[in-house]
Amino acid sequence: MNGASLLDFARGPGFEVAVAMLAFGVVWRLVGILALRRPVDHSEPRTGWGWVGGLRLVFSRSWPRREFRERVLHWDIISYLFHIGYAVAILGYVPHILVIRNLTGLRWPGLPGGVIAFFAGISAAALLALLGHRMSSPVLRRLSNFDDYFSWLAVFAPLVTGLMAYYNMGDSYQLVLGLHVLFGDLLLAWLPFGKIMHVILFAFSRATTGTVYGRRGAAL
Amino acid sequence: MSTTTLDTPAGSGGTASAPDRQGTLSDPERLQRAMASFVLDFGATAALYMESCVHCGQCAEACHYYVQTGDPKYTPIWKIEPFKQAYKRQIGPFSAFYRLFHLKRPVTTDELGKWQELIYDSCTLCGRCTLVCPMGIDIPSLVAAARHGMEAAGLTPHDLWEPTDRAEREGSPLGATRQVLKERIAWLADENSVKIPLDLEQADILVTISSVEIMKYPQAIVALARIMNHVRASWTFRSDGYEATNFSMLSGDKKGQRNATMLLINAALAVQAKIVILPECGHAYQAFRWTGANIYGKPLPFRALHISEFLAEEIRANRLTLKSDPRSMTFHDPCQVARRGGVFEAPRVIFRALGAQLHEMSSTPAANWCCGGGGGVVTIHRADSLRHRVFHLKMQQVEDTGADILVSSCSNCRLTFDDGQAFFHWDKTAHSLLELVADNLAERH
Repeated sequence: MNGASLLDFARGPGFEVAVAMLAFGVVWRLVGILALRRPVDHSEPRTGWGWVGGLRLVFSRSWPRREFRERVLHWDIISYLFHIGYAVAILGYVPHILVIRNLTGLRWPGLPGGVIAFFAGISAAALLALLGHRMSSPVLRRLSNFDDYFSWLAVFAPLVTGLMAYYNMGDSYQLVLGLHVLFGDLLLAWLPFGKIMHVILFAFSRATTGTVYGRRGAAL
Repeated sequence: MSTTTLDTPAGSGGTASAPDRQGTLSDPERLQRAMASFVLDFGATAALYMESCVHCGQCAEACHYYVQTGDPKYTPIWKIEPFKQAYKRQIGPFSAFYRLFHLKRPVTTDELGKWQELIYDSCTLCGRCTLVCPMGIDIPSLVAAARHGMEAAGLTPHDLWEPTDRAEREGSPLGATRQVLKERIAWLADENSVKIPLDLEQADILVTISSVEIMKYPQAIVALARIMNHVRASWTFRSDGYEATNFSMLSGDKKGQRNATMLLINAALAVQAKIVILPECGHAYQAFRWTGANIYGKPLPFRALHISEFLAEEIRANRLTLKSDPRSMTFHDPCQVARRGGVFEAPRVIFRALGAQLHEMSSTPAANWCCGGGGGVVTIHRADSLRHRVFHLKMQQVEDTGADILVSSCSNCRLTFDDGQAFFHWDKTAHSLLELVADNLAERH
């Protein structure tokens, strides 16, 4: 398979399979979790507005409480650099916007390639730092499993191949671009099955805890 | 502050390696029971938590066990690892896939045994980890579910199982039986010349108590009586529903927890109580205030208040008036009452009414360090050295306030402080907020 046919496959059937797996996987996993029983809480709420706590925690937990900042804020900042850089690269790059437009009909103006490359570079550097942290921290080594490392790879591979394609690195542009799109397909297909699903689950999880403890007037 | 050194090196848990076992079940039977209980417990909330963890490890940074030892095994989410594995293999949305391709191996009884010290000895259910988790996962609720499974399998630390068993047989984990309660009340009423109503047929307020107070801090009963009489309340103790600690909840015995809760509910219904007052005991508050109605199966037909909430309400209503006590004080917010229970303001209303100089601790009341004795940990003696390590953190936090007097509103915390004070030859004694109020009742005109 040469670069051109790889690119055709990745943009065509590869992409279609990936989107189908994404849609099916997200629905399957969400239903599999949310369809489990949810007992009614009969305790008298301190405040009748538990859902306000839920909504509040969805947003407030995006930044650590002041009591924990000394111990965790530096890694949160690096994590934000990765997430923001990644989001800008995906949503700001014109070719990506065209893919999204073809799929959903939505469109918005893109950013210059140089800006995208800058954000992608920041994101890649932050991802490498996070991997280093995962491999060197005794706590993270203890917790980490296949999902952590495979998900890291699934996120890093399209990023680095995208940068390579932008800077025309490698012998064949089409091959590098084909690999970039293929890795993008892999990311979409893997998203619902591993930890990357937290891009959706974080809101449910935070809202659940916020609602339970919000009605108690407890700490959030 | 004392210079007593800790008796285990950093990184050592200092707990026994062989897990305690109850009964004569075979290993497969224990495993089957643990997993059956675990599956029964599972709902959408626990599943969401299991699915949302991104293995960021931040929960370790909030846990006093990890902070004090640096040992990664004390990472809160790691404490439920076998149950996480079991969830993914048995219940999760991709469980069939995991089983088909052998991607998650079955949990073994040996693993459950190894995890006993992480599920019991080194988790006070304090909930500090919940406050740091970027996903908002409430890890203590998962540890509680894991304890249900462990208890069903007969894998509870014996030091916790024994008082639980005693509570279920005798009505109290510490031998404070009905008869003992009656004798104590008669003696305390006589000794202190205070009226302590017991077993009235009707009263507006049912007052409950913890066994720790009955057996170790009986002045709490006198303090309660003085205050209730001072505010001219219609109140009573009931010998058929007095013990609020609920050790069964701590060990993970759901049936025992239910029975202990129903004793209090039935006693309250019998006297047609409008209010049930819960004692200075964090887990009692959690077990009754936030779980009682769910055990009852419908909203409780009376209010359930922690004693500090009741005192604050009486102060606000001008029924409880206090003499000034302007000493320099700090307050240890019990985790289950404040962080996880929502009672933050009430004790501060009381300190204001006393005119005390309150020196707050370095972290907010919400993220206060746990004393290290909650969740039944104070009863598990093999965990004493580890508990002293985490107590040191609390002791430092109290010292940093510069306050002269340490006050709390949980007798279990008080017990832990007393033990830590003796171990470290510390010059601070934890005082009861309830007793502080009783000592400062203004004369009624």
